[in-house]
Amino acid sequence: MKYYDKLIFEWSHEGRRGYSLPATPWSNTTDELPARLKRNTDTGLPEVSEPDVVRHYTNLSNMNFGVDTGFYPLGSCTMKYNPKINEEVAALPSFTSLHPLQPAETVQGALQLYYELNRALASLTGMAECTINPFAGAHGELTGLMVMRQYHMKRGDLKRTRIIVPDSAHGTNPASAAVCGLEVVEVKSTPQGTIDLNSLRPLLDDTIAGIMMTNPNTLGLFETEICEIASLVHECGGLLYYDGANMNPLLGVCRPGDMGFDIIHLNLHKTFSTPHGGGGPGAGAVGVAAHLTDYLPNPRVMRNEEGVFTVCDHEDAAGQISGFLGNFGVAMRAYAYIRSLGREYIRQVGPLAILGANYIKESLKDCYKLPIPGLCKHEFVFDGLINKETGVTTLDVAKRLLDYGYHSPTIYFPLLFHQSIMIEPTETESPETIDRFIEVMRLIADEATTEPELVKTAPHNTPIRRLDETTAAKHPVLRYAELSSEN
Amino acid sequence: MNHPYIPHTEADIQRMLDRIGLKTIDELYADVPESVVFKKEYDLPPSLSETEIRRLFNELGAKNRRLTIFAGNGAYDHYAPSVIPYLIERSEFITAYTPYQPEVAQGTLRYIFEYQSLICELTGMECSNASMYDGPTAAAESMFMALAATKKKTRVLISETLLPQVRKVMHTYAKYRGVTLDTIPATDGTTDLAALQAELETDNVAAVLIPSVNRYGIIEDCTGIAEMVHARKGLLMMYADPSALAVIRTPGEWGADIVCGEAQSLGLPLHFGGPYLGFLACRKEWVRKLPGRVVGATTDTDGKRAFVLTLQAREQHIRREKANSNICSNQSLMALYVTIYLSLMGKQGLKEVNDLSYGGAHHLYDRLLETGLFEPVFSRPFLKEFVLKSKLPAENVHHALLDAGILGAIPTEEGYVSFCVTEQRTPEDIDRLLAVIKTLKP
Repeated sequence: MKYYDKLIFEWSHEGRRGYSLPATPWSNTTDELPARLKRNTDTGLPEVSEPDVVRHYTNLSNMNFGVDTGFYPLGSCTMKYNPKINEEVAALPSFTSLHPLQPAETVQGALQLYYELNRALASLTGMAECTINPFAGAHGELTGLMVMRQYHMKRGDLKRTRIIVPDSAHGTNPASAAVCGLEVVEVKSTPQGTIDLNSLRPLLDDTIAGIMMTNPNTLGLFETEICEIASLVHECGGLLYYDGANMNPLLGVCRPGDMGFDIIHLNLHKTFSTPHGGGGPGAGAVGVAAHLTDYLPNPRVMRNEEGVFTVCDHEDAAGQISGFLGNFGVAMRAYAYIRSLGREYIRQVGPLAILGANYIKESLKDCYKLPIPGLCKHEFVFDGLINKETGVTTLDVAKRLLDYGYHSPTIYFPLLFHQSIMIEPTETESPETIDRFIEVMRLIADEATTEPELVKTAPHNTPIRRLDETTAAKHPVLRYAELSSEN
Repeated sequence: MNHPYIPHTEADIQRMLDRIGLKTIDELYADVPESVVFKKEYDLPPSLSETEIRRLFNELGAKNRRLTIFAGNGAYDHYAPSVIPYLIERSEFITAYTPYQPEVAQGTLRYIFEYQSLICELTGMECSNASMYDGPTAAAESMFMALAATKKKTRVLISETLLPQVRKVMHTYAKYRGVTLDTIPATDGTTDLAALQAELETDNVAAVLIPSVNRYGIIEDCTGIAEMVHARKGLLMMYADPSALAVIRTPGEWGADIVCGEAQSLGLPLHFGGPYLGFLACRKEWVRKLPGRVVGATTDTDGKRAFVLTLQAREQHIRREKANSNICSNQSLMALYVTIYLSLMGKQGLKEVNDLSYGGAHHLYDRLLETGLFEPVFSRPFLKEFVLKSKLPAENVHHALLDAGILGAIPTEEGYVSFCVTEQRTPEDIDRLLAVIKTLKP
């Protein structure tokens, strides 16, 4: 990785261009629009040649770390390998050229793909039906909660406006609940890191819409009392929502539907290998149990008795949460992944993801503090270094990892511990890669004792060093015009 | 045999189990209750080789029909320079996560900063976030943003001239959060300003959302609207097509406070509706109400210029249930796509795109009227889309074009037919469309 300082605006040179369009065959231009409707100010867009643009963005890419660069053990993010065939098939013009308003009879292949992915996800999760319309995990959560609320509303059960969320939940859970008009009630974890049934029971009454859980939870622990939780919540008239951010370890092991979950979302960009793209586009497919299928959002893809695919709306749907049928290109990649693994290899995903996480945990627990011993699932959390005397923090360890060519794990989450380091290796990492990572983590633990300053001032080998984030937030400079006017 | 994505051999697995102190892989999930362990087969076909995956997708693709696109309605068939897909597929961009570790994510952070700058330039706003999912969800989030910015007000008004998908998504979001969302009717193809004025009198209106180019393709004349809304201490929000903003008056120039919209028009593939790119921008005073990721400039400890996710105190991972939005992942790679698009097209290119589209659309409009099968509906300036009243049933015209491989004459809510022409349509394409129309009998 190499530091490169330019912004595209700094390549701009009057009169250059990077596009090529035909000469206009038409007699009218926008110059004839009435003056009051026309733009009076300069567009401020740069003028750059094609080679300069290519070089600029190539140089920018050289300052980035991706899964293809190296090991990326970012907990709860499931940074598995992104297969290249998925990119190839998702770029087929027979799909990319389709307008979303094309009638169903002209897009049968696309609808079949949507439908078959929907069926595959239903089978993998034990749900009755899915939608692939939501654009991301958080959007899936919101959609799933809308389904939950619509279910209660349609039954005239209007006082169910509270939702139970564990204190270890992903931040999106309470935020999605609030955006969906639900009041969040937090349920505590036991010292063993799972939901405390004694805290849960008193919360359950006829104002509870449901509970949001992820299993394994954000500590990587399986909620062993899930069946008990499911029957308690169902008895009080609530529904169970499954946050599928942690679905990867369940492939080949168990299914949310069989645990009693009524509504789930899946991050296709985690469990189903589609690239994260530097923060999207993802896809947050939502699945529901049989009694909730009417409430899935519109539009929907259906298959009729003759095997013809149609797009339709249902009058009881929770509503519409996307312009069209979601991030279809992302769905194509996920479908290619599922078909490549097929029923035999997809079973290996969960067990091997779990194997890697436990292997790392057992190999490092003598240097890093393991707050909750025992088996983990796809990920686990250390509470910083065991030796806290040197003052080397989790942040320092994370930054030092960058020097050694690894992406940092998730840090300071979950909030249950002060120095959380959350590690998730995924099944696509070889044992050798994992062994080298363990060596480096042990080396950093040694450095923290022998040369603590080296770790506290890391990173040293990256394109830039630690940033002044305080000034960035106090005096926000959010666009080039502000940056250039400062100089 | 190992799958190519899964490296573990039997020996590897045994060695790893030994380290953990277990005998079999099943012992790894001994804590999973026996009653929920999945012992059946998934209802999936067996694994396919790469050759078979290619064949499968080609076969599915062959069941789609590639049409000549004369349709818009929120998704536009614009030209995209060939270098864009090559650049965005660079694995350092596409296989990265959200830039949480800025020391190894300056590529992502810089392009987001450039993207924010370009969106501000196009819209005339001072701040933009790092992207939203799509136009309709960006509109829904702008509604929540305006409500947070104007605390005590509870009502939002939207124009009937907004695209149907935008109105539907906003109504869905409003329903569950308990927001009163009312619609301002249209008159003669644009937002009815007298009706808007009357609604504003109720005084609890947080914001009004008006499209800059509406669903009839008409450029809305927003003269006086900002003053009208601001006089009642509400916010003016506009739903914009960023491609058009190279030539038409910007929301900033109209006095808007918040701008949202769909940026698919900046060269993104149609791709059956996604991935697209929502955008959201505002004046600086509302920046702390802006949802989602925001990138700011700063320096590193050596004084080098650098970029970082900032103002994170707004976001869900900090505020949890007090957050005004739950957005986390957005459409970052599509933001890179349009950043490269705008860099290549530049000032002149985007103007030419609009001129070519405008010229083609007006040519088609005139020729269609000459056939005698259509009547004008409105007489207001339009850009690249327009609606006509058809003397034949709208569905018949639509299907006749489909039979000839053309997507056009999309029936609207009112039973009009809508057409769109971009710079991708040639005189020959238009002649072919007209030839089909001329075969129809009134």
